[in-house]
Amino acid sequence: MTKVKENKVQSAPNVSIMTANYAAAEAARLAGVQVVSAYPITPQSPVVEKLMEYVNDGSMKAEFVTVESEHSAITVCISASAVGARVFTASCANGLALMHEQLHWAAGTRLPIVMAIPNRSMAAPWSILNDQQDSISQRDTGWLQIYCRNNQEVMDSIIQAYRIAEDVMVPTMVCYDGYILSHTMMPVEVPDTDKVTAFLPDYKPHTVLDPANPQNVNPVTLAEPRKNADGVLCHGYFEIRYLLQEAHLRAVEVTRETGIKFGKEFGRPYGLYDTYKCEDADLVAVTLGSIGSQAMDAVDILRDKGYKIGVLSVRLYRPFPALELSEALREIGCRGVAVLEKNVSYGYEGALATDLKAALFEYNVPVFAHSYCMGLGGRDVKTSDIEEALIKSHEYLDKPAAEQRKAQEWINCKL
Amino acid sequence: MNKKTTPITLTETEYALPGNRACTGCGLSIAYRHGLKALGENIILTVPASCLTVLQGMYPVSSMTVPCLNTAFETTAASASGIRAALKALGKEDITVIGWAGDGGTADIGIQALSGAAERNTDFIYVCYDNEAYMNTGTQKSGSTPKGAWTTTSVGGKMEHKKDMARIMAAHDVPYVVTVSPSYPMDLHDKFKKAKEMSGTRYIHILVPCPPGWGYDPQYTVKMGRMAIECGMFDLYEIIDGRFEFYGPSKKLAEKGGRKPIDEYIKAQTRFGKVSDETIAELQAWVDQKWATYRQMGYCE
Amino acid sequence: MKTETGKYMGTKECGHITASSTPSKGEAGRTGDWRVKYPVIDNDVCTPARRGKPSCFICWSFCPDAVISKTVPLIIDLEYCKGCGICAEECPTGAIKMVEEDRS
Repeated sequence: MTKVKENKVQSAPNVSIMTANYAAAEAARLAGVQVVSAYPITPQSPVVEKLMEYVNDGSMKAEFVTVESEHSAITVCISASAVGARVFTASCANGLALMHEQLHWAAGTRLPIVMAIPNRSMAAPWSILNDQQDSISQRDTGWLQIYCRNNQEVMDSIIQAYRIAEDVMVPTMVCYDGYILSHTMMPVEVPDTDKVTAFLPDYKPHTVLDPANPQNVNPVTLAEPRKNADGVLCHGYFEIRYLLQEAHLRAVEVTRETGIKFGKEFGRPYGLYDTYKCEDADLVAVTLGSIGSQAMDAVDILRDKGYKIGVLSVRLYRPFPALELSEALREIGCRGVAVLEKNVSYGYEGALATDLKAALFEYNVPVFAHSYCMGLGGRDVKTSDIEEALIKSHEYLDKPAAEQRKAQEWINCKL
Repeated sequence: MNKKTTPITLTETEYALPGNRACTGCGLSIAYRHGLKALGENIILTVPASCLTVLQGMYPVSSMTVPCLNTAFETTAASASGIRAALKALGKEDITVIGWAGDGGTADIGIQALSGAAERNTDFIYVCYDNEAYMNTGTQKSGSTPKGAWTTTSVGGKMEHKKDMARIMAAHDVPYVVTVSPSYPMDLHDKFKKAKEMSGTRYIHILVPCPPGWGYDPQYTVKMGRMAIECGMFDLYEIIDGRFEFYGPSKKLAEKGGRKPIDEYIKAQTRFGKVSDETIAELQAWVDQKWATYRQMGYCE
Repeated sequence: MKTETGKYMGTKECGHITASSTPSKGEAGRTGDWRVKYPVIDNDVCTPARRGKPSCFICWSFCPDAVISKTVPLIIDLEYCKGCGICAEECPTGAIKMVEEDRS
């Protein structure tokens, strides 16, 4: 039985007002997670506390291992998943960074772990407020990454994440902005438990730790293929890692299909990205996470002023849907994009801007791309800040191609 | 009370297979062989970066007939916690979970996870095989290296005394702490069997002589372990629910005395080759103090 | 890696998506090649051999590599014996001698 303890909204059945943290916890409960292991860190702690409440009152049948650090939390998830349990964890910022070694390990072991990440700034200096540097820093570890614009997307994406992860056997992060979403109440329709159970097939681990069939999992693996005891030629490290890459490339289609199927079952379809008012846009704001919601407000205001600007919110960031995003922008027919993001790859520019530019170049889409860094350390991103950035980029539309480049700009820096 | 196992009664079944990558005369091999005989096949092992990782073989061939999940260096006890949680969730609680790590993975980088697991009284057996340095990576010092010992990162001889992991674990109030030696394999076997029958966090500490790391000919591995016990550098005891009890040759030393001076043991290993008389005296004092404490605590009655 | 017909044999057939090994003797090859000396048991001195029934078995119990069979008489598997000499050192009757390998 779905037990949702938040203040109920009267309008529709199963709609409650809840924070993204509670949506994440509820999604894990609905997904029938069997082992949870997490270490508290602001602003993730309510996820952990909510799950502990559920386990304690019996509404969630899971083993909860209260470990002594994030590194141990992700390790418990790895070994529990390897034995065959569906697992869940959550972390962010320095806690996520502490897991880093094990993120590589989980991906290399091909385990369908799902982790909720209420994005928070990395120390130093200390900040408990939002930006996306934490999850962006992990983009090379081999995990799938989905970014959410609002609390409904968090609920729905975590459920979908189990289906995607257990299909391609790749661990998956579902990211949502700390405080902006994690602690903000929004109406969320809670899917029916039985429908979620039907949507998610049982988890079948690919390599079983079983005394009846003893195997040694993740031993030292040589550079070259080597024969096993039966004379079968087995992989080198290179092949095992290639298979992870192959799984990522497959995951684009699996994510798309899962989003369509989710739409059919639950009435809310999902894709690799979302567009808003892009039909005739000259300039498109490309976003990751909750900036996408806010950019919609900015676009409404700018449209009223006569600008033809739209928003493309990237949802699936890893694997990077290079082809799909390029074709989307080509079809929109815009002449420029302004990438608004809450991260920077120091020494260059925003990660999304970099990845997008590479895709546009590869697929020959004649569009300029500007990189904007905003909101680090919880620096308030006002709708007027977004308007300002978009207007600036808009001015480049009519310049000759050679003059359309612009160095990365940090919006609302007060130096 | 079960009868003590003898080589005659001990099972013939081998779980560790010949032709593996352990060094000639490896003390771990003896301990691992007999530990597995006691534990049987209904186990899941988890092993961090260590000599054991290499002994267990490189993909795609393994050298043991029990399932094992390799894990990152500092994670043994956390990995075991996850295995246990999943087995519980899946209703397969009869399988014994074993974490088997070296002294580096236990006393140093792995101590946090071990302390956490012990505090939770996680239901598993943790085995520390202590060859007194990071042997797998070429003999760098660990928290478990004795004072005076040469390693590549204590070239003038280690300045500090060894961490006492058994006492650290006993301070966590875990149900069972025991020290064992491959020089007394039947006792080792029986203590593993005893641990298997219990639940909660059980900690087994093995002093494992290492020919290349300690500097002696491989044929003396068993003798080296025996000498360590005879001079009190290593002691055989159990702590069962907080109750301390010597066994085997250490029990004889406690009851009847006759502990040898450490000199013969020290001089038999080239890792102590350059140790000064002063350091030997300090080491002897360390051993003497340890035994004085045993006496004071009433363990020698 | 080419087969005899020169065709490339890939690793797809192993079917693994992560590294997972199955057990076999000789994971490190013929470890008997490591040794400099090999053990020889004198069955006129060895206790179980003399008595013709199971007894002692101390060498069997100490062998790090489990290459001594628990039989009467005991047989040493020279394919994998690394020549550590622990058996010879620990034998209570001195029945085992280490003999230099003839590598000529």
